[in-house]
Amino acid sequence: MPHSHWLTLTLTYFAAAVVAVPLARRLGLGAIIGYLAAGFAIGPWGLRLVTDPSQIVDLAEFGVVLMLFLIGLELEPKRLWSMRRPIFGWGGAQLLGSLALIALIGWACLGFAAAAWPLAVVAGSALAMSSTAIGLATLNERNILQTTVGQSVLSVSLFQDIAAIPLLALIPLMAPDRVAGADAGHPWITAARAFGMIAVIVLGGRLAIRPALRWIARSQTPEIFTAAALGLVVGTAALMQAVGLSMALGAFLAGVLLAESEYRRELETDIEPFKGLLLGLFFIAVGMGIDASIVVRHPWQVAGIVVGFLLVKTTVLWGIELGIPIRRLERPVFTLLLAQGGEFGFVVLQAAQGQQVIDNGEAGVLTAAITLSMLLTPLLILVADRWWIPLLEKHVPKTKLSELAEPQDAPVIVAGFGRYGQIIGRLLHVNGIAATVLEHDAEAIEALRKFGFRVHYGDATRLDLLRVAGAARARVLVVAVDGIEPSLKLVDIARENFPNLTIVARARNVQHWYQLNERGVHHIERETLDSALMSGRSVMEAMGFEPHRARTLAMRFRRHSVQQLYALAPHFRDESKLISLARAGRQQLEQLFAQERLDHPPVAPTWDAAPQAQEEFDEGVPEHPAKPVAKDETPVP
Amino acid sequence: MADVLVLVAHPDIARSRVNRALAAQARLLPSDAVEVRDLYALYPDYVIDIEAEQAALDRARFVVWVHPVQWYSMPALMKLWVDDVLAFRWAYGPGGRALRGKCLWLAVSTGGTETSYQDVGNNRHPFESFLPAYRQTAELVGMRFLEPQVFYGAHKAEAHEVHDHAHAFAQRLLEFAGEARASALTAQPDVAADERRITSDD
Repeated sequence: MPHSHWLTLTLTYFAAAVVAVPLARRLGLGAIIGYLAAGFAIGPWGLRLVTDPSQIVDLAEFGVVLMLFLIGLELEPKRLWSMRRPIFGWGGAQLLGSLALIALIGWACLGFAAAAWPLAVVAGSALAMSSTAIGLATLNERNILQTTVGQSVLSVSLFQDIAAIPLLALIPLMAPDRVAGADAGHPWITAARAFGMIAVIVLGGRLAIRPALRWIARSQTPEIFTAAALGLVVGTAALMQAVGLSMALGAFLAGVLLAESEYRRELETDIEPFKGLLLGLFFIAVGMGIDASIVVRHPWQVAGIVVGFLLVKTTVLWGIELGIPIRRLERPVFTLLLAQGGEFGFVVLQAAQGQQVIDNGEAGVLTAAITLSMLLTPLLILVADRWWIPLLEKHVPKTKLSELAEPQDAPVIVAGFGRYGQIIGRLLHVNGIAATVLEHDAEAIEALRKFGFRVHYGDATRLDLLRVAGAARARVLVVAVDGIEPSLKLVDIARENFPNLTIVARARNVQHWYQLNERGVHHIERETLDSALMSGRSVMEAMGFEPHRARTLAMRFRRHSVQQLYALAPHFRDESKLISLARAGRQQLEQLFAQERLDHPPVAPTWDAAPQAQEEFDEGVPEHPAKPVAKDETPVP
Repeated sequence: MADVLVLVAHPDIARSRVNRALAAQARLLPSDAVEVRDLYALYPDYVIDIEAEQAALDRARFVVWVHPVQWYSMPALMKLWVDDVLAFRWAYGPGGRALRGKCLWLAVSTGGTETSYQDVGNNRHPFESFLPAYRQTAELVGMRFLEPQVFYGAHKAEAHEVHDHAHAFAQRLLEFAGEARASALTAQPDVAADERRITSDD
């Protein structure tokens, strides 16, 4: 019964993912390891629930395709163009460097036998590739795709996707039963077709797809738009495959072309869940593909290859890192995400095997090595997080902290020099008030120093650092750090050790305000309140209120809001009480403003149209005090 | 290059009748002749741009203050304007001669009627008795203080009265503009008199 078989299979995949992924995350291993483990568990070498993993490989590969489409959507053509140097420079250096070194070392291991060089070159090409899926999925998982390191990994991956095309075209030339170059014309035709297809996709994306999407969107059928989005990716991938190009590259290209379209966000939200599931399936497939029998038969060979090529690629990447602006703390991530083998390696091996450049045994060993390296990557990153990066952290501050070794004596300490602290710092600076600025984001510091700010590196929640910063003699401590926890911690330390300091604190939200207030901080500002009130004033002015009136109303609102906070502060842990009090407060404010409206009815826009009946209060308000001195109410508006 | 600078100061002009009417009329005049600055609209936060205000004064030959009389004086922001803009060494004091020879005209409204501004009225003094501070301010900075125009009983005025008053006001502004243009060619401020004043004031 093929139908029920299909159902069981689907259920197996879902169940494995649902069990393994949350478990892996709970253990702090990350989703990718969860998928890989799930794959291995249900695969031919685990529980044997799935015996033929190749069934789903094609479908699973689509996860990678969709992912590259989404990445393309985030990159407008202009930005992609600005990345050309990283892509071709660093990407080229990584791929060609790794390829050459691995091939050379491999050939050396094979005794420089003349007949062995194609195997060495194929192995070099296959192992030099990195896993776009693991790399980019890890970056996504950690939300660092947009950072320098994320963009660097993306650049190198993109180059590999591009380079895979000529590499695959070259493999047949190395086939033993063929005279090299016999088909010399053939690659040219292939190349021409490839460029033709890219041109078709670029032009089609520009001219046809956007109007088509607009037309579909107008039909107001969400699921059809989703179908169109998926169809678009599938279509591009199919076109690319038809001319022997990478499907992922095609999808990426389509994504870039649509990055400027008005449907970017819709496309993203529609495709995102498919990408997630299919990418998971891809990792499951990789997990299932681990051929334990080869590992069991050639354990040392496989292990040697894995360790060897990881070392070579790490060395090459380390060399590249010296030339690119990646922070030292991020280098381990960059290295590890590009050191492992990748799915393109499988493709290269398959092609080489098909052309009999290498035999099945060799292909099996290399495939196993790549798979193992992919499995190792998330684990290695975990190790790096725990030990390598903390180790580097110990080294990095030493150079940056040198300035703060000498005690500071400014009367003001500004902790946290992000958007909030900077405004305070600039205000103090232009008015000649000296301030010692502490910031713990090394990258931000470099940028700030370029602009001439004297910013010190350091974690302001450390007592020793506060001492060096002169907290014992300073008068004011500005707590402008981003995080709520560090902010409260800093306030605690300061209140306990430096009672001389007046604390001026930034509250990220109302809850934070309460917590600061509870600690006895008197000068707390909610970070969005005043800018929002200013915008509110702009709205009122746009609605015809006089600027001064809008200001008065906004300031009155502000005062009430602050009073309200103080009134609620004692009860902030008691949610039900808080809600009822807040409701009462809101009613009070509404009554206040209703009274306001009664006292000041809206005015007709032109003066001669002003209704006669409207009794006026102003025009020289109160010069009727019977006894001016004794009057106790203030009738001035 | 406006020869006439009209400064309007009303804390809640949307609810004003007379001052709003005067401002509206003044704005209808060619802006190269009459410049209108609504202080409460420009500086709702009471942070006056002193340079901009002084530049506007530099351009003008006639300065007109339009405001309601509050507690026998000017509204708070108008007073702040005087405090900030008529600065030492600019408007008065050594080298402070920026306003020399210009004219100051007061166009104010009062809530009280003209009869209330009498010895027997609520306000116990004629309106003129509340003007010495204005006059002396003009005197100190070397401005000619023109006879003020007072609109009494603004609350109870009929719409047509406000209307006529505003038109008369606009007419006067146009006269100023013409006068300024004519005298620009010939008249020079009385420098000698200014010098005397500086030495005696400081």
